[in-house]
Amino acid sequence: MAIKMIREAILETIDAEMARDENVIMLGEDIVGGNGAPGGPEAIGGIWSTSTGLWAKYGGERVIDTPISESAIIGAAAGASLTGKRAIAEIMFADFIGVCMDQIWNQVAKFRYMFGGKSTCPIVIRMVYGAGFNAAAQHSQSIHGFVTAMPGLKVVMPSTPADAKGLLTQAIRDDDPVIFLEHKALYAIKGEVPDGEYLLPFGHARQVTQGDDVTILATGMMVGFAEKAAKQLAEDGIGCDILDLRTTSPLDEEAILDSVERTGRLLIVDESPPRCSFATDLAAIAANKAFASLRAPIEMVTGPHTPVPFARELESAYLPSPDKIVAAASKLMSYRQG
Amino acid sequence: MQLSREALLQAYRQMKTIREFENRLHDEIALGEIAGFTHLYAGQEACAVGVCEHLGPTDYIISTHRGHGHCIAKGCDVVAMMKEIYGSREGLCKGRGGSMHIADVNVGMLGANGIVGAGAPIAVGAGISAKSKGTVSIAFSGDGACNQGTTFEAMNMAVVLKVPVIFVYENNHYSEHTGVAYAVGAESILDRAGAFGMKTFKSDGIDFFAVYETMREVIEYCKSTNLPAAVELDTERYFGHFEGDPQRYRGPGELDRIREERDCLKVFRERVTEAKLLEGTDIDAVDAEVVALIERAVAEAKTAEKPKPEHVLEDVYISY
Repeated sequence: MAIKMIREAILETIDAEMARDENVIMLGEDIVGGNGAPGGPEAIGGIWSTSTGLWAKYGGERVIDTPISESAIIGAAAGASLTGKRAIAEIMFADFIGVCMDQIWNQVAKFRYMFGGKSTCPIVIRMVYGAGFNAAAQHSQSIHGFVTAMPGLKVVMPSTPADAKGLLTQAIRDDDPVIFLEHKALYAIKGEVPDGEYLLPFGHARQVTQGDDVTILATGMMVGFAEKAAKQLAEDGIGCDILDLRTTSPLDEEAILDSVERTGRLLIVDESPPRCSFATDLAAIAANKAFASLRAPIEMVTGPHTPVPFARELESAYLPSPDKIVAAASKLMSYRQG
Repeated sequence: MQLSREALLQAYRQMKTIREFENRLHDEIALGEIAGFTHLYAGQEACAVGVCEHLGPTDYIISTHRGHGHCIAKGCDVVAMMKEIYGSREGLCKGRGGSMHIADVNVGMLGANGIVGAGAPIAVGAGISAKSKGTVSIAFSGDGACNQGTTFEAMNMAVVLKVPVIFVYENNHYSEHTGVAYAVGAESILDRAGAFGMKTFKSDGIDFFAVYETMREVIEYCKSTNLPAAVELDTERYFGHFEGDPQRYRGPGELDRIREERDCLKVFRERVTEAKLLEGTDIDAVDAEVVALIERAVAEAKTAEKPKPEHVLEDVYISY
């Protein structure tokens, strides 16, 4: 196993899948970069460095630089995928999903069901999401909640380089549409990545730490925050059972319920605002299916119900943090049942 | 005119099938037999058939909410379509799509679509596949859809990516209940399409032979250059935007005049009989055959198996 960054794991996975299957194509804004400019193609190599070198290797018929046209990017990926290709579409910032929502929500997500199960649409929509870069309200959002709410989509949120490889390989080979969410603050984090072919099936949470006192559910950047909090909590004698959910749809309900039944205390950490969100959905599942095990009210550490702010101080106040997680877990431990 | 007798009969059979399918649906809907929204295509048959007679199963089309004609012309099973519209489990989409979402990828029909303008970007993607197969991809749109931003993105993308996509604009002069003279800001749809850098073509959409000849030229052009093109077909819509629309926006006598003077089936019959390519009796025989087919389709659809509640969870990726 080699140590790699998430962005390297993603690039290498796309490369390996394009080499393995000539039907895999890729399209997005500036995934090549420099086309039509004096610098020439590959001057940029993708603004996230997740497609660098692929154009030179596989050519412009498979690595397709597009105009700034999100609806047409998703539509073209969908049309290609309905007719024999496996398209990987990149949306540069997940916030731009609003521009192409119809193609995702009314088209891609519905083909299989609406067409009587006779059509598949093997498309991966990679989107770069999340706060932490002072990129302000239109370039920092976490959108997993509402794509998880759409029947017909699978939703993936890796938090380690190994998971990025295993889950992206699975996503590209999957016959159904997958929203693959890459947190912009995680691209440079490093970890061991298995060599050779490596697939992770969807719907299986990763046990990050084991503990008997508090279950913490997290995804993406929140997993690392939870780990930091758990170290501090361990010093206070509080054991945390952290689950990195990895895919929000399908969801590993079994792992969640097993843990909650064991600890009796549930803390959900999520980057999105709190109303009608992924966090409230998890809370509802636990309240509905593990009610008798709960020894305290379910706690949530989320962003507030605001857009993501710009200034460093404000963005820090917006985001969950290890300190906020420690405080919430301590609150759970102090709760006494009637 | 280069069509064989068999090809002429087939083209007429397709047009007549669409007409009979639509007329019969119009009656059945009035009787309360069919649920949901239905948008009828009758009047525009020469467009769908004039385009699709050139196509094989790996040429792709994507349609609109007014999709029955395109489905039939592209080779979807007519009885299974009727069953779908009746909401049967035996329907082409197991009763889950209904009139607005009929699709059959196996015959290259990528779907009718309930969202105006949604098809054009998808056709660009099908064009990527078509390019590698030496075929073409066709986006049918109405004059209403040509005002959607998705259409603009798709036209530009098709030019940029150099894919053989043909944007066929069937101008029936009404986007829902609003006239084209009001809704299209440019002088014409094609002026705008041409501005994206595509070659444009125009044809009388009432005359099957005009559509057919124009499309032959367009398809040859797109296949030989791998470039997109836009075509405007001037046509007419007999029924309202949706079934139940009283069409108060029409002028006095407008529909009667259209049916008398601009009926594509009448025009076809006159053309082929005057040129002595077919006899009136040949056409009458097709008429009888088609009437029987549609009668059978409706009869089978009415008695076909209905879905059961547990079927709601079929073909979902994840069941909660």
